[in-house]
Amino acid sequence: MVLKGEGIAKEFIREGRGTNRFPAVSDTDIELAPGTLTVLSGRSGSGKTTLLNMLSGLLPPTRGRVLLGEQDLYSLPDRELSRLRNEKIGVIPQGQTAIHSLTVSENILLPCALYGKPDKSAEAYAAKLMEQLDIAPLAGVRPSELSGGELRRMAIARALIRRPEIIFADEPTGDLDDENTAAVFDFLRSTAHEGAAVLVVTHEASAGDYADRQLVMKAGKIDI
Amino acid sequence: MLHSLALKNLRGKPGRTAVLMILTALLALTVISGTIIVSSLRSGLSSLEDRLGAEIMVVPYEATTKKSFENILLQGSTGYFYMDKSVMDQVSETEGIGELSAQFYLASTSSGCCSIPVQLIGFDPETDFTIQPWIRRSFNEPLKENDIVIGNDLNAFVGDTLQFYGVDCRVAAKLEKTGTSFDTTVFTGFDTIKKMTRASIDKGLNTYKGVDPEAVVSCLLINTSDERSPEEVVNDTNLHNKKVRAVRTKEMISGVSDSLGGVSRIVGILMAAVWVLGGVILLLAFTMSVNERKKEFAVMRVIGASRGLLARTVMSEALAVGLFGSLIGIALGLFIMLPFAGAAEQLLAMPYLLPSAGKTAALAAAALAVSVLTGALTAAVSAYRISRLDTGVILRGDN
Ligand SMILES: Nc1ncnc2c1ncn2[C@@H]1O[C@H](COP(=O)(O)OP(=O)(O)OP(=O)(O)O)[C@@H](O)[C@H]1O
Ligand SMILES: [Mg+2]
Repeated sequence: MVLKGEGIAKEFIREGRGTNRFPAVSDTDIELAPGTLTVLSGRSGSGKTTLLNMLSGLLPPTRGRVLLGEQDLYSLPDRELSRLRNEKIGVIPQGQTAIHSLTVSENILLPCALYGKPDKSAEAYAAKLMEQLDIAPLAGVRPSELSGGELRRMAIARALIRRPEIIFADEPTGDLDDENTAAVFDFLRSTAHEGAAVLVVTHEASAGDYADRQLVMKAGKIDI
Repeated sequence: MLHSLALKNLRGKPGRTAVLMILTALLALTVISGTIIVSSLRSGLSSLEDRLGAEIMVVPYEATTKKSFENILLQGSTGYFYMDKSVMDQVSETEGIGELSAQFYLASTSSGCCSIPVQLIGFDPETDFTIQPWIRRSFNEPLKENDIVIGNDLNAFVGDTLQFYGVDCRVAAKLEKTGTSFDTTVFTGFDTIKKMTRASIDKGLNTYKGVDPEAVVSCLLINTSDERSPEEVVNDTNLHNKKVRAVRTKEMISGVSDSLGGVSRIVGILMAAVWVLGGVILLLAFTMSVNERKKEFAVMRVIGASRGLLARTVMSEALAVGLFGSLIGIALGLFIMLPFAGAAEQLLAMPYLLPSAGKTAALAAAALAVSVLTGALTAAVSAYRISRLDTGVILRGDN
């Protein structure tokens, strides 16, 4: 399914003298097609995370629409949008995002547990993802014992466990070494080529080698 | 699965969970203990009213000045006093008397059953209207000669023989618990108590040396007829009989009901204070516990948890903690309050009758509801706030 942003913009109110509307993302059109790995780069503060959040259904835009297929995401009530996001959209957020009371494998399976019980095939898929991401031995370990890179790979597995059609990754290789970085990009590219639409926000220069499409963001606008 | 996530969250932070649980346990403990105390005092008072059973009591004047009479009935001390039997005929002429019966008091020296002296009360089987209806609940036969009926706290059993001033008495029945001084009293008929009194005089153990048991009584119990109020009958009796004094039982126990009101109020205030304080601390504790995990909740949003689901997760945690904590608190409360009822009675120096098992269960259920609800209510604030969580803001480049 295609994910489309139509004229989406986000303005934040900045504290200061009077009301100061600050455009983090200016009216932007963007389309993410199945089977494509799109790489989005740009200076810090240029609005990449803001754009990604809007596209992934986490941040309502000030203007414009986000369409998944024919469905306008932000016209849905929270319950339906959440379920839709749970099934169709995988997000690897910036930073460390583990639930500390759960083990690594419970963290990975959590998306399957929100609206039901993880079944055998989900468990098998989790095992496979952990194998591919090289964290299989850590399945029963708590996140507090993991390194930053291991946590990041756990977050990747968690984003993929529902086999989403759209995948967003915000700096997924921020704290990984070159070898792991290459492995993650390899992994995301093969996921894209299996049919998902993937958007990766990254500073990584080597990302271009894996990208089907490269976008650069400058002061809230996509520069093509 | 949601519940198991909530439980895992609780187990993941044992310290925090323990604090929350102890708080709710304390809340439940206070509520159950407080309600048991108040309810026991209430039923103690109404049981005392029941047991006194008459609207008016007439006693020798000196018995009221020395307070010996009130102390016997309300404090459980022992004693006796006598007035001439002719008083009964005079009083019976007062207008508005419905029922009238005499009683005869005696105190034992320490006897076989009891390490302390017990109060003996003799009633007239012909006219008695206060004691026999009560005895009948435990023992539905007329008392034979030398039969006694004993209060619940006395350490003897039906069929035992107890000796009072050399008179062998058979325990015909043991009364149910009243929570009043009557629990350490021995009741018997006029014939038996007079026999004992005579023996006590013969042995030189009675302070009234020259008294003839056949010619005296200790007090008169009166219920008024419908024509006159107890007030009027009391005034009339006191006007015409100088050596005796008529008192309304209501007035006599007004001291008890006053202090009961006082204790109830204090317990109520304490309960309210603990409730408010506990509620505020719980509110803070839940807020902290949730704030600390704001990011984890944001992550749950990212993987597709609805706002309602987040709120339910918080509420599940709160309910689990509240339920466990409250159950512990209530068990502890019952464990303290039930076995130590006797101590409470002595400490408060007031009639104290524990509620029945059924009522105790109802009080426990109510305490459970109050403390779980308090926990839930305070957690609801956090649940609401977490459901309004701005995921995009929380997860934006925060490391
Ligand atoms: N909730 C917010 N309130 C106010 N301003 C915000 C908010 N979120 C983002 N901004 C501002 O919007 C701009 C874009 O932020 P954004 O996080 O999208 O940048 P980014 O491109 O992801 O940067 P980085 O590479 O450092 O992650 C920044 O100037 C930021 O200060
Ligand atoms: Mg960013």
